[in-house]
Amino acid sequence: MSNAIVKKSLLSIAIAGAMGASVLAQADVVIGVAGPHTGAYAAFGEQLWRGAEQAAKDINAAGGVNGEMIKLVKADDACEPKQAVAVANRLVDFDDAVGVVGHFCSSSTIPASAIYEEAGVLMVTPASTNPRVTDRGLSNVFRVCGRDDQQGDVAGAYIISELNAKRVAIIHDKDTYGKGLADATKAALNNYGLTEVLYEGLTRGEKDFNALVTKIRSVDAEVVYFGGLHSEAGPLVRQLREQGSKAIFVSGDGIVSNEFAAVAGSPEYINGVLMTFGADPQSYPAGKKVVKVFKDSGYEPEGYTLYSYAAMQVVVEALKQNNLDPIKGATWLKSNSVSTVMGVKDFDSKGDLKVSDYVMYEWDNMGNYAQVN
Amino acid sequence: MDIVLQQLVNGLTLGSVYGLIAIGYTMVYGIIGMINFAHGDVYMVSAYITAIVVALLSFFGIESFPIIIIGTLFITIAITGAYGWAIEQIAYRPLRNSGRLSALISAIGMSLILQNYVQISQGARQQGIPTMLTGAVRFDIGDGFVQITYMKLVILLVAFLGMGTLTYIIHKTKLGRMCRATQQDRKMASILGINTDRIISIVFVIGASMAALAGVLITLDYGAFDFYVGFIIGIKAFTAAVLGGIGSLPGAMLGGIILGVSESLFAGLISSDYKDVFSFSLLVIILIFRPSGLLGKPEVEKV
Repeated sequence: MSNAIVKKSLLSIAIAGAMGASVLAQADVVIGVAGPHTGAYAAFGEQLWRGAEQAAKDINAAGGVNGEMIKLVKADDACEPKQAVAVANRLVDFDDAVGVVGHFCSSSTIPASAIYEEAGVLMVTPASTNPRVTDRGLSNVFRVCGRDDQQGDVAGAYIISELNAKRVAIIHDKDTYGKGLADATKAALNNYGLTEVLYEGLTRGEKDFNALVTKIRSVDAEVVYFGGLHSEAGPLVRQLREQGSKAIFVSGDGIVSNEFAAVAGSPEYINGVLMTFGADPQSYPAGKKVVKVFKDSGYEPEGYTLYSYAAMQVVVEALKQNNLDPIKGATWLKSNSVSTVMGVKDFDSKGDLKVSDYVMYEWDNMGNYAQVN
Repeated sequence: MDIVLQQLVNGLTLGSVYGLIAIGYTMVYGIIGMINFAHGDVYMVSAYITAIVVALLSFFGIESFPIIIIGTLFITIAITGAYGWAIEQIAYRPLRNSGRLSALISAIGMSLILQNYVQISQGARQQGIPTMLTGAVRFDIGDGFVQITYMKLVILLVAFLGMGTLTYIIHKTKLGRMCRATQQDRKMASILGINTDRIISIVFVIGASMAALAGVLITLDYGAFDFYVGFIIGIKAFTAAVLGGIGSLPGAMLGGIILGVSESLFAGLISSDYKDVFSFSLLVIILIFRPSGLLGKPEVEKV
């Protein structure tokens, strides 16, 4: 036997071994749950994880995906684009994930989604609302939440017709999500013929916005619209009140966390803060049972928890109907509807929901939010 | 007019806090010639200690603000000082006689250790403490008004008291004289009977105490913090220290105030998007004309 043949046969044994290993690995359906599990935005990561975990538990209890059990992998992007790319690669290469629920921040979802497309992994984000998430024409990207241009329209219409505001200051956090949302609202307001009196960015991670607040005061704004997340919205609204401004604070779905009051220092500061968010996900009849399970376990399914549950259902349904093939599943989703805890969801050719349902919520002085009638 | 005044007040409070943290950078640099990159994280640790002490005090039913702030200041300064001492013992003392680069890398390592240790032990979530002191003084000026919260007044008062006390210690006491001697010539100082290792430890404790002072004030004021909060403010304070002349104590305070005020004025009058660009440009321009900072002395190579 010549050396070459020995090498070849060794190689084939190695290949067979590797294939055997991958067959073994496929005994589970691996689905990644990607989001900020640590860092300043970890509260949102927890919402994502709780929802996805409960969904996986329920689906596994009902027999899994075509008889195979779901195995969740927690992928932490800390809401940072760099880390999002790293964990996306890890999910794809190391964990052999076929589906991903996530990411949370649009600035993480956008770079990560390209990696999932390359690897043929189905991605459903429960929370990334920036238009560019789906506007880039990737075949594998879906979301079970609305888009910021829709959200901006709702906020703009509310500011014009309900608040009758003439002087609006628009502030954003210079991030993909925050600036995108602020721009969408700005465009909506401009369409109504209203030009904002101030348009400025602040730095994520800072706590002192007093200089900006004084500036907002100096332009005498009646409404402050903020595109960003609760960790900056909290100090901002507090410092507004401390400097004696009574401007109405309006924001988007980035502040929908029970931590908002704590970060602002006291629920009194956020009393009357308005925000746009999807119609109460807990109100869908299909979700009543799941909401009860959460509440019985002592967890209030706030914010994006049920979105994450629904995203998991979408991923699983697409895999189930297409023999665990995520690429076929992505095509299938564009022409079929999926019933979730948040009702029946239909996707258009880009991966956006056909129907979105943004409404206005108001925070009270106890640190809770309720829909504005 | 009222807006400019308000921005000056904003800048002054922010700047006095930058100054307090900058003291830690500048003193450590002055005495052992290295940048203590873990200093911002010492500030972060002090924010957590503040929250824990406040929670403990209210657990024991103490409600009055003066007692809370004094108690928190003492306990937090003591514990953070111990952190400063321990960091020096663990990360820098073993490297005392090696190059500056090793100490620098050790500092970055220490910074990562502190961040991750707090993240794991305290949770990665955004933390908040309730407002302790509400209310504000308001001055009407023309059509507008300047509003300063009582907490901001406390910040200014405590920060300047802290800086004043430290200046007194360094310039008038025996300990201060030993610090200055060690800074000027460590070898000569040790020949003259000064325990320079001990002085270096004390300098670390002083730096950490000043960061703790800032940590208590900022945490009581803004109420929100997380394990990453030391990074941005650390970079800003470091900039302030370099701006004022690293190694110079009054320079650090001056640098902090200049940075805070110019940042606030720029954000308030021109654009808050580019305020960091402005503060770092200011640093570059000052370093072009005064390479050792505003009050720094040019380093003379000893032959």
